[in-house]
Amino acid sequence: MPGDAAQIRLGQNADEDSLRAFRAELGLDKPLYYQYLNWLFNFVQGDFGMSLSSDYPTIQLIRDRYENTLVVSLLTAAIGIPISVSLGIIAAMFPGTIYDRILTLGSVTLVAAPEFFTATLLVLFFVFFLDIGSAVVVGGIEGKNIFQLLAHFWLPVMTLCFVIASQLIRMTRAAVLNVMSSPYIEMAILKGIPRSRIVIRHALLNSIGPIVNIIALNLAYLVTGVIVVEVYFGYSGLATLIVQGVQTRDFILIQALGMIFCCTYVILMIIADVAAIVSNPRLRHPK
Amino acid sequence: MSKEDKEFTEHYVAEFSKKVSFDELPDAPPSGKFRLSLTGKIGAVVVAFWVFIAIFGQFLAPYHENDIPFPDDYLEFQPPKPGAILGTDRDDRDVLSRLMYGAGRTIGISVAATILAYIVGVTLGIGSAVLGGRFDTVISSINNIFLSLPTIMLGLVIVAAVGSTIPILIVTAGLIYATVVFRLARAIGMDVKVMDFVEVSRGRGENLWWIISKEIWPNVRMPLISDFGLRLIYVILFVSSLSFLGLGVQPPMADWGSMVKENLGALQYGESVISVVAPAFSIATLTVAINLIVDDVSAHAGGKLTKRL
Amino acid sequence: MDRKVIFEAVDLKINAIADNGTDIPIVKGVNFKVREGEVVALIGESGSGKTTIALSSLGYFKPGLQCVGGEARLLGRDLTKMSNEDLRKIRGERVAYLAQSAAATFNPSLRINEQVTESAVIHGSKTKEEALSYAKALYKRLDLPDPENIGERYPHQVSGGQLQRLMAAMALVSDPTLLVLDEPTTALDVTTQIEVLKAFKKVIKEQKAAAIYVTHDLAVVAQIADRIIVLYNGSIQEKGPANSVIDTPKHPYTDRLMKAVRPLPKDTAELRDRTTKKILKNSLSVKDVLAGYGGITNGVPKITVLEDINVEIGKGEVVGVIGESGSGKSTLARVISGLLPSAEGHVSLFDSTLPPNLRKRSRDQLRRIQFVYQMADTALNPRHTIERIVGRPLEFYHGMKGEKRKRRLIELLEMVELPKEFISRYPEELSGGQKQRISLARALAAEPEIILCDEVTSALDSIVGSNVIKLLRKLQKNLDVSYVFISHDLSTIASFADRIVVMYNGKIMEQGPVHEVLSPPSHPYTELLISSIPELRVGWLEEADTKIQKAKEKMQ
Repeated sequence: MPGDAAQIRLGQNADEDSLRAFRAELGLDKPLYYQYLNWLFNFVQGDFGMSLSSDYPTIQLIRDRYENTLVVSLLTAAIGIPISVSLGIIAAMFPGTIYDRILTLGSVTLVAAPEFFTATLLVLFFVFFLDIGSAVVVGGIEGKNIFQLLAHFWLPVMTLCFVIASQLIRMTRAAVLNVMSSPYIEMAILKGIPRSRIVIRHALLNSIGPIVNIIALNLAYLVTGVIVVEVYFGYSGLATLIVQGVQTRDFILIQALGMIFCCTYVILMIIADVAAIVSNPRLRHPK
Repeated sequence: MSKEDKEFTEHYVAEFSKKVSFDELPDAPPSGKFRLSLTGKIGAVVVAFWVFIAIFGQFLAPYHENDIPFPDDYLEFQPPKPGAILGTDRDDRDVLSRLMYGAGRTIGISVAATILAYIVGVTLGIGSAVLGGRFDTVISSINNIFLSLPTIMLGLVIVAAVGSTIPILIVTAGLIYATVVFRLARAIGMDVKVMDFVEVSRGRGENLWWIISKEIWPNVRMPLISDFGLRLIYVILFVSSLSFLGLGVQPPMADWGSMVKENLGALQYGESVISVVAPAFSIATLTVAINLIVDDVSAHAGGKLTKRL
Repeated sequence: MDRKVIFEAVDLKINAIADNGTDIPIVKGVNFKVREGEVVALIGESGSGKTTIALSSLGYFKPGLQCVGGEARLLGRDLTKMSNEDLRKIRGERVAYLAQSAAATFNPSLRINEQVTESAVIHGSKTKEEALSYAKALYKRLDLPDPENIGERYPHQVSGGQLQRLMAAMALVSDPTLLVLDEPTTALDVTTQIEVLKAFKKVIKEQKAAAIYVTHDLAVVAQIADRIIVLYNGSIQEKGPANSVIDTPKHPYTDRLMKAVRPLPKDTAELRDRTTKKILKNSLSVKDVLAGYGGITNGVPKITVLEDINVEIGKGEVVGVIGESGSGKSTLARVISGLLPSAEGHVSLFDSTLPPNLRKRSRDQLRRIQFVYQMADTALNPRHTIERIVGRPLEFYHGMKGEKRKRRLIELLEMVELPKEFISRYPEELSGGQKQRISLARALAAEPEIILCDEVTSALDSIVGSNVIKLLRKLQKNLDVSYVFISHDLSTIASFADRIVVMYNGKIMEQGPVHEVLSPPSHPYTELLISSIPELRVGWLEEADTKIQKAKEKMQ
């Protein structure tokens, strides 16, 4: 990927003069820090700047593409999180059983596998073996209700669900087990409290904080997964826009998108931290 | 007196010999030697296999990575046949040869990047923990800023700014993951630093280098080494994801991540899908195998390690 | 006097199950009975299996432990063969457990009332309202402040001593037939311990419950138990009525346990002789020290821990520093050693003033003051051999190398009564007492003038601890070294020190030769400490409690 945005747009054979003129037009002749500060100044005022690789405002490119990304992320969160967290809690309730072992081994395997491996497995199984659906997602999503959206994105959503589930199940299980090994749980057993009540009233209450923390961390992790899955299933979203931006050296576009992704990520991280603090009874009920 | 009553007032003494001294009972016996479980052993075999391929693959491969075994037919995605055991890819190149060439690149880049991440992260992390004060505040704040960004976004921005060659990939991945290693090394260093034996050597008047190298380092070494495997997995996933997005190892060089990307078309109209499945499967077997070993190690370490991550 | 048998252990055997199949016996065939209205004490040191035996009366075995033989019968039913559901119905209802640390056994996220009443409500013996009003009555009987509302709080909102009593309420709420108390006062400060112990004794008597009382402290046992069972390494060494065992111990191990309990020394000529020996010169003096944590602004630390500290330590003298947790006694040791630079005042060694910060002290100044820590576990680097741990100061301060160093090392090991084979071992291969001896050898290697001993025996079992004290005394005689001996245990200090410094809340309350400090009139706080020392005789608890109340009034 040689050259800058001007070079890429005008092609390899453009002469020096027109390149220089075009760079001046795009503002690429200024020093880098000036370009960045200028962009940042406008950004905080709500101006995302003009794309370097096309003549559209960045904001318009983003507006055209954000829907797919958002829908896939939300669907994944809505389906993946409740299922994984429950599975993790159940595994922690019956540690050492067959169910627990299968779940643990399964998530150990999946957690280390890349997103495109999971996607490939799913495509092989459903598309090639069962002959359902297709390996690419085609068509728009205008006017679709939630079920139609799910039918539209089922393969990418399922891939992402597997990806976050492997992390979530493992971490939820560990969080609950950690609480289950504390002395006050032993005390509850010695008080003759039934197992179901021990888990629900004594253990879960104390693991809510860690679990919310884990959920937020995993949603943040989704940011990476969403990008890969979009490329894999070949539908257009913010991720494909980023890749395109990198390939065309469109810094304005990358900066704007980077800002959006990072802000989302940072907000999720903050939620994770706040959850950890709020769940501490010492802070909720001061002396 | 009834029997019950007698039992109640009885003063019983166990037999004893005057010679036996009632010494302090020994502490719990030291935990057993570390042994790999069955899954761990399977993991070790798979990792050994891939390391062998990574080192010798390019010498053993039937073709050069960019050779076209059957130049006469202009076909793509050919199914397995004599001369191309795993078939051919989008550009009619031998999948097996590219896989073997790619192994060296994917594993080599990842291992180099992880080592770099460790050198930078451990040095700064232990330094921060031990020195504390302003040095720690500055380094930790910078580190937190980078930690608060998604790794893949960081990678994309760096690649967009400086391009994508193998040395750049190694440095990029190395520095990005150095932030995580830094946090871990600093946390472990902090734990050890407050131990009384470190205070003892400070009180004795030992210099900083002695304290770090002789008191702290032997105690942080093991947890850091056992984390190496886990970190390597994340680096492999990161490097292959970048390549998969077309921003890592550049064509025509083979690499597992970019092989998946190049041959995605096979899933729609290819005669054989091996060109996609094989590289994806290779990455998965490698990372899962490493993870199986890591799991054994962290179970042995009492799961303390996983708590910190 | 045929009383109903509540609990009976019949040839009970419990093993620790190891992964590699080599099981380690923890309890080796134990027989005893607990009858109605009777308090049976299980006494022993760590590793004796006392807690494991006590928990078997709830049919509970900690993870990794397994009952491999015999029976544990509660009201005639063998708990070791009962289903989990049947056990659940008994636990909390017929037999209740009180743990060592209430802070850990209360769920931090639930209100105290819910946790106290939970067991009775779930077993259906009381409705929620009944249980609640009963709980409040129990709070009152346990002398808890504000019994109406204290249960509305969360565990972290009440003090440690209160929480310990609230745990007793939690156990008593369903009127159990058998109470199991596992070292319920060990984690408390001495003055709090008396109050809690008294409250426990009162409710046990009132409740007419049978109780198993697990402890390592013979003096506590004397106050509360009807019968005593002495355990060592998983088997019973001696058992019998409390006064019989205490007055006429028949087993040498019981005898040693008794000797490890040190009563306050009597004010005798011998004691006076020891404590008023002529001090030729002062080796260390602490003048007007003010110290604390959190950085120093305008010469005053953010949190002041020590104020107006003046202490003189003569050559070859043993100065005991006594105080409860938070009194600043350990901080004093840290100021002397330079680990915590003082904000004001100074420390001088043989008339030369030491820089407050140890970094500014010369190697020789550092050598002359050595520190021995409470927890030998963390004070010895687990990755170093004994040779390296003890050898380093030899090399560092005296430049010894090779054969010479090795000879001196073996000498030092002999001094602390350890075999020379230990040279190549790692700390984890030693027992607690042996580790503490290594710590001491390391301090001695520097050939110091002063050794700061910070609670060096508190983490050890009583017999082991008293052996370490014996060793310290012997070394002091032979080497003429001075000790600053910090402890929360007045009787240990009194049996060993020449002078006592009494600290409370960061200030020195009183100091002087042992016999002077201990004989009346003393400072009210000293009186409080003196009255809190458990004595090995029945009836002491009640006397002590009145004395403590008086002393407390005087302090205010």
